[in-house]
Amino acid sequence: MTILIKAFSVISLFIWCTTAFGFSDALKGNIYSPGNLKPTDSVLRVEAGVVAPVFSLPAVSGGRISLAQYRGKKNVVLSFVPAAWTPVCSDQWPGYNIIKDIFSANNAILLGITVDNIPTLFAWTNQMGNLWFPVLSDFWPHGAVANKYGVLRTDGTAERAIFVIDMEGIIQFAHVNDINKRPRLEILVKKLERLKK
Amino acid sequence: MNTFRKKGCLLLIAIGIYFLFSGSLLSASDSLPSKVLVSEIQLPAPKNPADINYLGLKEGANFKVNQVSANVVIVEIFSMYCPACQREAPEVNRLYSIIKEDPFFKDKIKLIGIGTGNSEFEVGVFKKKYNVPFPLIPDENFYIHKRIGEVRTPYFLGISIDKQAGTQVFYSKAGKFKGAEPFLEKIIQLSGLKKEE
Repeated sequence: MTILIKAFSVISLFIWCTTAFGFSDALKGNIYSPGNLKPTDSVLRVEAGVVAPVFSLPAVSGGRISLAQYRGKKNVVLSFVPAAWTPVCSDQWPGYNIIKDIFSANNAILLGITVDNIPTLFAWTNQMGNLWFPVLSDFWPHGAVANKYGVLRTDGTAERAIFVIDMEGIIQFAHVNDINKRPRLEILVKKLERLKK
Repeated sequence: MNTFRKKGCLLLIAIGIYFLFSGSLLSASDSLPSKVLVSEIQLPAPKNPADINYLGLKEGANFKVNQVSANVVIVEIFSMYCPACQREAPEVNRLYSIIKEDPFFKDKIKLIGIGTGNSEFEVGVFKKKYNVPFPLIPDENFYIHKRIGEVRTPYFLGISIDKQAGTQVFYSKAGKFKGAEPFLEKIIQLSGLKKEE
């Protein structure tokens, strides 16, 4: 009977979770659904209170962005998302795109990171509209930054993770969300509001 | 016993696969949602007194569409995270203004937005960002969205309320509309609302 209940639960989850995100008409026909995935598939290598691992990654807009360039100037939010053209990821950043004022009020910059290459990210983010924040490619060496933070999944994609790093470069919040769901915006905003401006 | 369990599991998996591919639960339908479902869905009570007053509801009470003080209710299914909804927001606001400024239609046609997968906070962010003047209701756990048929966003429903004929969905549209005026004209025409000669 336990087996039956487990089997039914798995089926129910698959039915109800796979398509609940990425419903914007703007994305119609362009989103690949990977189905319901293991909620998390990595082990964090950092935690709140430690110095954030430094990195430098190519940006879709050109050039490279390094974490160090914000030291002493701005709080930094890293938003890792698993992959371009997938359901939840395709609407998470468009949501962040309308809250630039919240980031600015908390002297914070958002850096969006995936393990996709630049051309893919270029095409994907273009259909989101004009994103105000840099989007970085952790494609090569594949997932190296995601791996430093402990959010590289065993299939080579990244977790849906958020790191809030203060102006001194210290991680104030490390959160790995269920990959199948979008993290609640209020969680991030509350953390931002606690930072030194 | 093991054989029985295995057969039971196989049966459940078969049922799951049937639902998955039948499209009845998963499809992002553009078709007219069931009028029974839409009229029977309990919507959470608005908290803003202006919204309560606009809809003609009792304070603090959950409500159904047919309790709104109007002859026609236009429901927009949207998401704060949906780029198409963001781009459409100013035009939907203009639709509200056109109706509000028309002495005949202002009390007969009302608008409600349902933020699919959005928390109250997220709906509030959208409302503030686009100065949305009509009530926006959160549907954090996709409860309403699933009952309506997991439609793409934005999605518009025209619902007529008639004490004798009952509540009827007379119009539905996926994606953005081509201008507030032609959209309103269509709503008026299909709903049968006519200005007195």
